[in-house]
Amino acid sequence: MQQEILDILQKNSRISDEELAVMLGTDVATVKAAIKDMEEKGIITGYKTLIDWEKAQEEIVVAYIEVRVTPQRGQGFDKVAERIYQYPQVTACCLMSGGFDLFVVVEGKTMKEVALFVAEKLATIDSVLSTSTHFVLKKYKENGVIFNRPRKDEREAVVL
Amino acid sequence: MNIRDMIKPNIMATPPSGIRKYFDMINEMKDAISLGIGEPDFETPWTIREEGIYSLEKGKTFYSSNAGFIELRQEIARYMARKYNLDYNPATEILVTVGGSEAIDVALRTFAGPGDEVIIPEPSFVAYRGCTMFCGATPVPLELKAEYDFRLQPEQLLACITDKTKVIILAYPNNPTGAIMEYEDYAKIVEVLRDKDIIVISDELYAELNYKGKHVSIAQFPGMKEKTIVINGFSKAFAMTGWRIGFACAHPDAMEQMKKIHQYAIMCSPTTAQFAAIEALRNGEPEVRRMVEEYNRRRRVMVDGFNRIGLRCFEPYGAFYCFPDIRSTGLTSDEFCERLLMEEKVLTVPGNAFGASGEGFVRATYATSLENIREALVRIARFVERVRS
Repeated sequence: MQQEILDILQKNSRISDEELAVMLGTDVATVKAAIKDMEEKGIITGYKTLIDWEKAQEEIVVAYIEVRVTPQRGQGFDKVAERIYQYPQVTACCLMSGGFDLFVVVEGKTMKEVALFVAEKLATIDSVLSTSTHFVLKKYKENGVIFNRPRKDEREAVVL
Repeated sequence: MNIRDMIKPNIMATPPSGIRKYFDMINEMKDAISLGIGEPDFETPWTIREEGIYSLEKGKTFYSSNAGFIELRQEIARYMARKYNLDYNPATEILVTVGGSEAIDVALRTFAGPGDEVIIPEPSFVAYRGCTMFCGATPVPLELKAEYDFRLQPEQLLACITDKTKVIILAYPNNPTGAIMEYEDYAKIVEVLRDKDIIVISDELYAELNYKGKHVSIAQFPGMKEKTIVINGFSKAFAMTGWRIGFACAHPDAMEQMKKIHQYAIMCSPTTAQFAAIEALRNGEPEVRRMVEEYNRRRRVMVDGFNRIGLRCFEPYGAFYCFPDIRSTGLTSDEFCERLLMEEKVLTVPGNAFGASGEGFVRATYATSLENIREALVRIARFVERVRS
């Protein structure tokens, strides 16, 4: 049940509890209780809307940044990650395996704004050794959703 | 010469599919919602499509062996064993066909001819009657009852059997009703058929789309496999309708003869589709589960919707159709569908298009988006209220 609710909500968080209940063949009270429980446990951490900002004609610049850092004694990478993810410009921050340590996603209004943020804030943090900034040129797919792909039902309206 | 006079009487006597007229009507409409389409609204899963593309890129555009690539038949054998506990020899008991449709035609042509009776439980897919008539055999409709959720009852079957009965067609999960047959249902039918010389053509195209439990095939019962032609395919389970690929499984002596018809009429199934089908059986299972889960949710929304509107709808546990009872509106199936289409731009299919016993019902598919289902239900509710007041 929990798994099924999450599966549906992940695709469409606007669905009503009533409709969820019908879809899962159960009653509204059960659905409400299950969702509340998952919210309290922090399994569900929030509800967001997927937006193609380009279409909304809002200019948004996204950069994926590889950050190499010196881990700190006793705290590893957590402390420096915490320093970094506090900035509102940072929309994602993960510890990575491989050639660099932290993967940081930064959003801004212009390329200059993002570049300045990296140069002035990110790169100047003590334990940061280097940064490598990659600007996103075009998004094809994000969060399982394909952008700019008109879905037209081309099936014959009646077959046999 | 009038060319019509030259045409065989049994072809002339076969009516065209009763659904076609709605096609012309809906084609001229804007914002119409079709609940009339009998195919998945999913695209074929990408890995399957990709195998088809790879095979084309490598220039694999030759014929396969008549019965289909042996690799595909081996995969089918494994699939039938894994899923339905049925063991078939890929070399002698499996035939890859051009969709389930060709398998139905080949099976009927192999067994039914002039003087033979073919029992067709109705409402049913429209091709059974047509293909039976093309063979020169006589279709014997068996009227399935809504009170039994359109499951076949042994008494009904007994009443239809004569000394001319050659074949019975079973099609569960069912198009158009969405009915299934469970183990106990089949057990009673097997009692009737066990000692009779009647061939069973079991069309199990919707086997994967069972929302109650595991699909049961009549061929699983002792003594039935030998006289059952099991037909299955990729169209519904793997969303591969346009690829035109299915298969039949049967006793080697029957298969040997069926292969001849396929060989001379078809040669072999499309090669590209066969490569794609191999991938479907090897790696398609998770995608099938994903689609079945999605259908199941839509199914519940639609059944709930019809019952709320007051169009009683028994719970359809299979395929992707609802078959609500519309008699409470005072309209015939045809009137209901025609007016619903003209007044609210929602296309459903009249139950009587699938046999006389479908009168009083309509077929609505949930193989369409939830948004479409919701909007269609709103329109149907508005329509029904207007009709009743």
